[in-house]
Amino acid sequence: MILMYLKAFLVGGALCALGEIIILKTKLTPARILVCYITAGVVLSALGLYTPLVRFAGAGATVPLTGFGHTLAQGAIHAVQETGILGAFTGGLTAAAGGIAAAVFFGFLAALCFKPKPKQ
Amino acid sequence: MRAENRMGYQTVIYKNRPQIVASACAVGPREGKGPLGEQFDLVANDADFGQESYEQAEAALLREACRICLSKAGRGEKSIEAMLGGDLLNQIMASSLAARSLKVPFLGLYGACSTMAESLLVGGMLCDGGYASPVLCTAGSHYATAERQYRFPLEYACQRTPAAQWTVTGAGAVILALPDASEKKAQACLARGCMGRVVDMGISDANNMGAAMAPAAAATLCAYFDDTKDDPKQFDRIITGDLGMVGSELLLEWTEKLGHPLPREKMMDCGLTIFDPGQDSHAGGSGCGCAASVLCAHILPKLASGEWRRVLFMATGALLSPTTSQQGETIPGIAHAVVIEGVQG
Amino acid sequence: MQNSSSKKHFVAQYKQLVQAITPKSKVGQGCLRAFWVGGSICVLGQVLIDMSMYFWRFTMTQGATFASITLVGVTALLTGIGVFDVIGKYAGAGTVVPITGFANAMVSPAMEFRPEGWVLGTGARLFTIAGPVLVYGISSSVLVGLIYYFLML
Repeated sequence: MILMYLKAFLVGGALCALGEIIILKTKLTPARILVCYITAGVVLSALGLYTPLVRFAGAGATVPLTGFGHTLAQGAIHAVQETGILGAFTGGLTAAAGGIAAAVFFGFLAALCFKPKPKQ
Repeated sequence: MRAENRMGYQTVIYKNRPQIVASACAVGPREGKGPLGEQFDLVANDADFGQESYEQAEAALLREACRICLSKAGRGEKSIEAMLGGDLLNQIMASSLAARSLKVPFLGLYGACSTMAESLLVGGMLCDGGYASPVLCTAGSHYATAERQYRFPLEYACQRTPAAQWTVTGAGAVILALPDASEKKAQACLARGCMGRVVDMGISDANNMGAAMAPAAAATLCAYFDDTKDDPKQFDRIITGDLGMVGSELLLEWTEKLGHPLPREKMMDCGLTIFDPGQDSHAGGSGCGCAASVLCAHILPKLASGEWRRVLFMATGALLSPTTSQQGETIPGIAHAVVIEGVQG
Repeated sequence: MQNSSSKKHFVAQYKQLVQAITPKSKVGQGCLRAFWVGGSICVLGQVLIDMSMYFWRFTMTQGATFASITLVGVTALLTGIGVFDVIGKYAGAGTVVPITGFANAMVSPAMEFRPEGWVLGTGARLFTIAGPVLVYGISSSVLVGLIYYFLML
C-alpha cells in the first residue's frame, strides 16, 4: 500500500515536472499545456499504452490531465463495444461527466460566494 | 511662427512655457506600501476602492486624482477648458467615466503606458497655442482590470516570468496653465516635447514588455538629441516610464549602439521606483498609472523644491492588443517625451 | 534609409541583445517544486480512491471519479478564498497538470467575470480557459471511438 503511494507520487510528480519543463522551455501558456496533456492522454490510451500506467501508478496516472484524456478514450471505446457507433459520441463524456460537472458546478458556486482579489 | 514652435523632425518647443500649477495622484494599497508610499496624495485601503467592479475603481481613482488636483490649484471644474487623458481599458473607459462626472471638455488619448507623457505633450501644445488654458492632463491604470483584459483572471494560478511587469494601480492628474501674474506659484513648466514614432523590433513576448518598448524609447531619445543638439548631461534626470529592469538595461545598450550614449547615473525608471524589489513585482511596475503617479508624487515635487532643475520625462507604451497578439502580430512600441524645467528664481 | 538586409541584421542584433539581457527562469528549481507538489496532489488522489473503495466499496473507476470530484471541489474552495493562485505561483505545472489545474481554469473566470452578469459573465466566461481542453479532449475521444468502431467491423 505504501508502495502504491510512492508510485503515485513519483509518476504524478514526473508528469508535472515534464509539464514545467515544457512551459519554461517552449513558452506555451498553461492553457495550451492542458490541451496537449488531455489530447496526449486520449491518444496514449487509444493505443493501449496508458492503461498499464494506471495499473502501475493509480492516482499518479489518473489525477494528471492525461488521466482525464484516458477516461474519455476508454469511455468511448467501451461504449462502442456495448452500443455500437452511438457509443463513440456518448461514451467519452459519460465517463468523464463527474469531473466536468463538478468543475462547472463548483465554479458557479465559487462565483456565488467569493470575489477575486489582487494580492497586495 | 512654425520655426519658433518646432525643432528638427519630432521636437516641439513650448515658447510660452505652460506651467504645471498643480498635480495629484491616487494609488492602490500595494503602491502605498512601496518606497513612495508617503508621497502619494491618496492611498486606497482596498483595490476595489469601495466600488462594484475594478473598472469602476479605476475610474474612481482617476476622478479622485482630478478632484485633489483641482482643489490644490484652488480651481473649480468649470475653469478647466480641456481635459486630456487615457488608460489601458478597451475604449479608454475609465477616463471616459471620470470625465463624465467632471463635465469638462474631454479629449481621449490612447498611448498605452505612454499616455501620461502623451497627455502632457498634447496638453502643452493646446495650452501654448492659446487654445485651452488651464488644461487637465491625466492617465491611470489598475492592476485588476489590466490583468483580466490582457492576461488571466486574478485567481488563475500561473507563474510569471522574471521579465514580467506588474501593472500599477494608480492615477495622476496635472493642471497646465499659461503663466499668469495672478497664478499661485507653479511647480514647474514645460519647455519642449518630442513626439514618438511607433517602433517595432519584432518582439512578440507579451511577458517582456520592456524589450518591446526599449527600441521606441531609444528612437525618441535619439530623435530628441539629434533635433536639439542637447547633451544628455544637461539633465538632472532622464526618466523613463515603465521599461523595468530588462527594458532599462536594453535602452542603455541600444542608445549606445545608435550613437547617443546615456549617462547611467542620470537614468531613472518609474517602474523601478514605485515598487521595492521585495514586493515581488519581478521586472518592475508598468501601466499608465506608473509614470503618472511617480511624476506627481516624486518628480514634480523635486522640481518644485529646486532639487532638480531640468528633467526629460519620457513614458513608454507597448501598443499591444490581445486580439492581434493572438493572431501572431508583434508588439509595436512608442515613447513620448517632454522636457520639464523648474521655475525657481 | 536602410536597405532591407541591413534592417534584418539590425533586428537580429536587437533580438540577440534581448536574449542576453532578459533573466531566465530557473528550470531546475521549477521542476523540483512542480514535482513534489504535483506528486503530493496525486498521493492525495490515491488516498481518496483507497478511502472510497474501503468505506463505500467503490470500484477503481468509481473511486477515480470520486477523487476527481473531490479534488475539483477543494480547488474551487481554495481558488475562492484566494489561496490557490499562491500555491500555483510556487508550484507552476505542479498544480496545472493535475485535475486541479483544470478546475482552477474553470473557477477563476467564473468568479472574475461575475460583474458582467450571471449569464454573459459567469455563465459564458466559465469556459474561456478550460473550454479548449473540453473541445480537444471530447473531439479526440469521439474520433477514437469512431476509429475503434470501424476497426471492429
